[in-house]
Amino acid sequence: MSVPSRLPDPYGQGSGANLADILERVLDKGIVIAGDIRINLLDIELLTIKLRLIVASVDKAKEMGIDWWEDDPALSSRARRNELARENTELRERLARLEELEPRLAEEESS
Amino acid sequence: MTGLRYVYAVCRPFGTPLQAQLTGVAGDPPRLLNHHGLVAVVSHVPERDFAEEPLHRHLEDLEWLSTTVRAHQSVIDALTVVTTPLPLRLGTVFRDDSGVRVMIEEREEGFRRTLDRLQGRVEWGVKVYAEQAAPAREEPTETPAKPVSGRDYLLQRRRRVRSHEEMWQQAEAFATRLHETLSGYAEDARLHAPQNPTLSGASGQNILNAAYLVPRGESEEFVEMVDRTKDDVPGMRVELTGPWAAYSFAGEEQQP
Repeated sequence: MSVPSRLPDPYGQGSGANLADILERVLDKGIVIAGDIRINLLDIELLTIKLRLIVASVDKAKEMGIDWWEDDPALSSRARRNELARENTELRERLARLEELEPRLAEEESS
Repeated sequence: MTGLRYVYAVCRPFGTPLQAQLTGVAGDPPRLLNHHGLVAVVSHVPERDFAEEPLHRHLEDLEWLSTTVRAHQSVIDALTVVTTPLPLRLGTVFRDDSGVRVMIEEREEGFRRTLDRLQGRVEWGVKVYAEQAAPAREEPTETPAKPVSGRDYLLQRRRRVRSHEEMWQQAEAFATRLHETLSGYAEDARLHAPQNPTLSGASGQNILNAAYLVPRGESEEFVEMVDRTKDDVPGMRVELTGPWAAYSFAGEEQQP
């Protein structure tokens, strides 16, 4: 029989609890036992769950911090914009390097 | 008795009753199933939601998942107040009570070992966030000046990268120091993957997400210790959660 000693009041739990904190523990930690119902969360790769969730509700998924699709150009227009931004950055850097090779020419151009 | 059995946790027999209002994942109050000197905390759940096929479907429904996860957690929380539970992962379901008993018989040795190891201990979660406001503060003076040439642009960019790097080095040093201090105080520690900042609207970048195993009796001091670090470094935010059941330390059955 255990007689717990006094604990400090809960921090950050209750209604304002971070869903990620709870999911992280209840879904990912704790003891894994194969019950009679085989849902083994190890089998259902968590990512699969996430992927389906996204289809169901993008906003909800974002709320949970699931937003990897935003970086996938095939799935997101924002990722395509990022792709353009990256290309732009590369071009600017190339330009800067060229200017360093030909400083005088560059000065004439910018005036 | 119909329905399936959903198991939340395994613990040693305890004297204090659970809160009367407590309901489990399907609205049924958790019951205690005593067997071989251990207690499985169980509630009845309907087949239409918890049989294999519907459960698979439900797990992909975020609404259902978050409600169920919270209900599971509230039972574990209630247990943590009165005893030291070994929390099971979400969705551990058996056909009937005898299935639960067989499971206890098969695993009792491991349960006892882990219960001994965790007896009287709780888990505290500590997260460190680097507030993005900190490096941005220096920028406004520079940003109005649009780069006139490619070289200007490159210079500005280098400067930005450098201040960004400094911020990261500072954040990393702070997190490492804090983790060392807290690990030295706790009995055990685990590092979890950083959480995505969009979650729960937490601002800043999560750079440390750790769990610490602390005896109940020393929890107050641990909390004070975390509190003291809070304002150590500007731009860093420390967040404490707990006391949790020892989720992060229950999974591995290891000899102490």
